[in-house]
Amino acid sequence: MIVLTFAALTLREAARRKVLRALAVLTVVLLALSAWGFHTLVTREFDGALLTSGELRLIASQLLNLVMFGLSLIAALGTAFLAGPTVAGEMESGAALAILARPIRRSTVLAGKWLGLVAFGGGFVALAGLAQFVIVYATTGYWPSDPVTGLALLAFQTAVLLTLGLLFSTLISPMASGVVAVGLFGATWIAGVVGGVGRGLGNDSVAAVGTVSQVLLPTDGLWRGAMYAFQDPAALLGFGGPAVKGGFPFLSDAPLTWAYLAWTIAWTALVLGLAALLLRRRDL
Amino acid sequence: MTNAVWTSGLRKRYRKRTAVDGVSFAVARGEVLGLLGPNGAGKTTVIKMMLGLVRPDAGEVMLLGRPVTDPRARAKVGYLPELFRYQPWLTAREVLDLHVRLAGAGVPEKERHDTLGLVGLADRAGDRVGGFSKGMQQRLGLAVALVARPEFVVLDEPTSALDPVGRADVRDILLSLKERGVAVLLNSHLIGEVERVCDRVVILDRGRVAASGTLAELLGGREVRLRLEKVTSEAEERLRSAGPLSRDGDLFTVAELEADVVPDLVADLVELGVRVHSVEPGRVSLEDRLLDILGSER
Ligand SMILES: Nc1ncnc2c1ncn2[C@@H]1O[C@H](COP(=O)(O)OP(=O)(O)O)[C@@H](O)[C@H]1O
Ligand SMILES: [Mg+2]
Repeated sequence: MIVLTFAALTLREAARRKVLRALAVLTVVLLALSAWGFHTLVTREFDGALLTSGELRLIASQLLNLVMFGLSLIAALGTAFLAGPTVAGEMESGAALAILARPIRRSTVLAGKWLGLVAFGGGFVALAGLAQFVIVYATTGYWPSDPVTGLALLAFQTAVLLTLGLLFSTLISPMASGVVAVGLFGATWIAGVVGGVGRGLGNDSVAAVGTVSQVLLPTDGLWRGAMYAFQDPAALLGFGGPAVKGGFPFLSDAPLTWAYLAWTIAWTALVLGLAALLLRRRDL
Repeated sequence: MTNAVWTSGLRKRYRKRTAVDGVSFAVARGEVLGLLGPNGAGKTTVIKMMLGLVRPDAGEVMLLGRPVTDPRARAKVGYLPELFRYQPWLTAREVLDLHVRLAGAGVPEKERHDTLGLVGLADRAGDRVGGFSKGMQQRLGLAVALVARPEFVVLDEPTSALDPVGRADVRDILLSLKERGVAVLLNSHLIGEVERVCDRVVILDRGRVAASGTLAELLGGREVRLRLEKVTSEAEERLRSAGPLSRDGDLFTVAELEADVVPDLVADLVELGVRVHSVEPGRVSLEDRLLDILGSER
């Protein structure tokens, strides 16, 4: 299968380029920092006794979400900066000429590379996320409520972003495509936080900012679904009010709906299809 | 099917600049065709349209019996691009393995290695391409073009980065392809190379075909240049009997004669008392002819 050939080739590229090393270093630094932070949380800062177990779980939930956000940011940066060069970079350098003169379709190449990148991003999220859970468990005794769903949604978020990166890389230069994709990722996240504040304050038009941006680029919606799966629902119930109603950037007030998940899948297919269409029409 | 590639009315504009303007020609199976022309004539663009890498604005391409829009048309094509670059994180051997797989060809390991040997990279098979010099990358590109047992090989300036030894290697490779009946499209500025290996030549200028034909058609017959002294009218008559004669001082040029009549001609001239300083058989070089054609176009 030619698609799998390209998926394997993309994984090999990721493994042999410096991206992987940079990613590994960043991840280890983040994990080490979080281990230190969680350790401090339970031993020194609050002296254990001053904190009820409910409070500890709420804080652990929030901190875990914060660190997972860091991880997802690393995954997003890594894959977005891999996705650009692997398509647009090969076209600019001329490496695509020899490949596309073979009896294969351009869409096959794109699908294969997409698959390889998704496997790479997903593998990274699963490994680093699991390591993070173990760290949190060892230091605070907290284990996320639904780790598998959370990690799957986080991997999906990475897939969404790299799909967007692939689309941009058929239009603009490889580096620019990575920068724009990561920039949009950050912008939707901020819009999501703004929307959450709006919901907390009961202001519908501000809340709509988050909703609209989550539909346009589903990374933030998936991220909020993932957070919901990581945090402790029982601990959240004890703390009502605007803070939990979306006002907090690292707490989520609702699980992902099936409708939103379906839209995200459709969005990904659409964007990938559009990238394939643009790629097919492009002169080399 | 008798054609390796057939193109008709190819046209391509890049914004306001017309790169290719109604180019039609064909390369027969087993034929070696030279594509010549000045920089910017549209040679690379024609080649890319021929392989489905650039979409023509108008025109048609049949590649190895299939329309070029069908990817399967490229199954038996080997291509060395003008801008050659291969995945720097792969080794030379891995690049060939990849291309063999993409071509869907069952080429055994030994044959792949022999192809690397053919381009002089046998001892660098396990090295990453990223560390290769420009010339080594072009050699690798040649191996990529040749490895999947192609029936049609397209080489866009295959010697642009090569040393003199490499150029000689390319000439040998071209001659062996010709011997095996593999069709070749060769775009090269080394006109001597083209003259030596090509059966036919197409000359492009400003996006159009300025001239085309076999070398004999383009260059005319052979000629011989003689530097002579004491030429009597009788001797001049003898020269004229061999072919159309032109004279520039003591340099006489007899055109359109066969090489094997030269010894008799010289013997007769000596007999007639002419002093023969030099005899240079030859013909109009392709280079002169090319400059001539391109000059008259302007
Ligand atoms: N991708 C491109 N974008 C804009 N112009 C191009 C592009 N490719 C080729 N051209 C133009 O088309 C003309 C023919 O180019 P090319 O086919 O590369 O010529 P050659 O190979 O004969 O030197 C040139 O004028 C060149 O500037
Ligand atoms: Mg060229």
